[in-house]
Amino acid sequence: MVMKLHEYQAKQVFADAGIPTPASQLASDVDGVVAAAEEIGYPVAIKAQVQVGGRGKAGGIKLVDDEDEAREAADEILGMDLKGYHVGSVLVEGAVDFTDELYVGITMDRGEGKPVAMVSTKGGVNIEEVAEEDPDAIAKEHIDPSFGMHPYQARKAVYDAGVDKAVARDVSSVLMTLYELWEDRDGSDAEINPLMVTADDDVIAADAVMNIDEDALFRQPELAEMEAEAASTGDELEQKADEYGFDYVRLEGNTGIIGNGAGLVMTTLDLVDYYGGEPANFLDVGGGAKADRIANALDMVFSDDNVDSVVFNIFGGITRGDEVAKGINEALEQFDEIPKPVVVRLAGTNWEEGMEILNEDLVTVEQTLEDAVQRAVEYAGEVNE
Amino acid sequence: MSVLVDDDTRVVVQGITGGEGKFHAEQMMEYGTNVVAGAVPGKGGQEVNGVPVYDTVHQAVEEENADTSVIFVPPAFAGDAVFESLDSDLDLAVAITEGIPTQDMARVNKRLSETDTRLIGPNCPGLITPGEAKLGILPGNIFSEGNVGLVSRSGTLTYQVVDNLTNRGIGQTTAIGIGGDPIIGTDFVDALELFENDDDTDAIVMCGEIGGEDEEEAAAFIDENVDTPVAGFIAGRTAPPGKRMGHAGAIVSGSGTGTAESKINALNDAGVPVGDTPEEVADHIEEFLA
Repeated sequence: MVMKLHEYQAKQVFADAGIPTPASQLASDVDGVVAAAEEIGYPVAIKAQVQVGGRGKAGGIKLVDDEDEAREAADEILGMDLKGYHVGSVLVEGAVDFTDELYVGITMDRGEGKPVAMVSTKGGVNIEEVAEEDPDAIAKEHIDPSFGMHPYQARKAVYDAGVDKAVARDVSSVLMTLYELWEDRDGSDAEINPLMVTADDDVIAADAVMNIDEDALFRQPELAEMEAEAASTGDELEQKADEYGFDYVRLEGNTGIIGNGAGLVMTTLDLVDYYGGEPANFLDVGGGAKADRIANALDMVFSDDNVDSVVFNIFGGITRGDEVAKGINEALEQFDEIPKPVVVRLAGTNWEEGMEILNEDLVTVEQTLEDAVQRAVEYAGEVNE
Repeated sequence: MSVLVDDDTRVVVQGITGGEGKFHAEQMMEYGTNVVAGAVPGKGGQEVNGVPVYDTVHQAVEEENADTSVIFVPPAFAGDAVFESLDSDLDLAVAITEGIPTQDMARVNKRLSETDTRLIGPNCPGLITPGEAKLGILPGNIFSEGNVGLVSRSGTLTYQVVDNLTNRGIGQTTAIGIGGDPIIGTDFVDALELFENDDDTDAIVMCGEIGGEDEEEAAAFIDENVDTPVAGFIAGRTAPPGKRMGHAGAIVSGSGTGTAESKINALNDAGVPVGDTPEEVADHIEEFLA
């Protein structure tokens, strides 16, 4: 899993490492935006601080020339809903007068099991689209993770991409710094798009993406602190899942799904779809879940108003059927009336013990995964009729 | 016969004094696995379940002729633990640990290419040769001896498919959980090659999932090199792009790579039927063996 820094946080990290960035200030109200713009000097860009791509197209970035325009843009962007994310703050940034827009980035090439540095002269647009339509426009250089990037590799990528000779040295140097940051900070992706080239042949990072490997946060205390600040303003239920420590993804359907192990939960989703239902969520309780955690999982799925029925599928390896049954009883016995029908299928470790404990007055029990899913889909369908 | 593990395998458990390590070392021994040593820095000289503990893997190899390690070390130290087993001339290292930083695994991956040790995992349930030995956390009682080789990126999905097979009286030669991380040691192609060369494996089940291109590579390999019949399953058909489904590797990127559709098509093109349900996978295997 990755932790995504906000643009303003990533810019700070890049600037501290010596990568040139435009003057900028964070603001969370209209007056703050105007004050920041006056200090920086017009024109400025006002940029929504949410972690989704395509902010510009969605109206989350505006270029303004004076105070009136700044007020209008700030008023519009602050508080807006941008692709499902609430905009709580904006970055006010000095506009850069550029002649060229480049792309530089470092990511992990999972197929090769190695980091890869990428450079393109087609910056400023969605790089995934460039990769698809014109793959040759992106120069790639794989890096040996035990040595790090050699300076020649940075130069090679820059020259292969066809970057203008006047700025090649500066772009190589930005790329080297970016790799060092990526390595030191346990990055999963580090990107500058666009890296702007000015008429004076200066380069400047007009955007900044830094995603951190969450599994490495234990050795990145400074970034872990930023995590609280970066905490997404996304879906309420997904935030609740974060608190409970579940792998949870909210979807559009009405059949709630709880299970153990990513592959099996995904399979349960697929079967709901296969039998004509629509999955409401992905919820993986993980390995070895105890009764409390099981009860929390049911609470999560019950709190989704879209859910009309729940399928609970556990194949115990290190998860024990008796603990699962206890958790289900615990969660359901507090209700006078069960809010949504629950179908349970238990298999694997201690499933017999689990079946003895499970209060079968509160749930429907099925023996196989296929039967359990079909039953839950049937229940969800009945509610909709 | 079987692949990678049998009752001659001599196991050292790295992290045997921890909660997980101790519990699963005991479970492995109960199943019949030959656990000959534990390795935990600073705990040399102790005994766990009657098994001698050494400070280093190297000592466990010297003193007990261990040839295989199973790693239950916490994620912050697990990368180092894998390096230790790679540098101790073992035949096989099995990393159960979930949550190893990706950059640590990239360095491990580089080292792997320089040694003869095979790595399974990380973030995997391990592997089992029913009736002989298991390495890892798989529940031994659901497996049975037989002639089907199974390789999977997901633990509990493996159990599900094994259950569907067992209910029809179909057993396994060896079942291998290769793990759900972006960077792993043994991949589908390696496992398929092992099963293809195993005389006792008459059919193969391959359970993949969305993300990456390993299943597509496996399909190409099957087309060229595998005569043993293979049936497939791909989890994550309904996963929306950009949403990570639990496993660190299970994500369909915005540009559409790693989709279930692309994997299913690649497998079908290689002559591999892909079940819509785990039950259908068992149907295919039953047909192969008929």
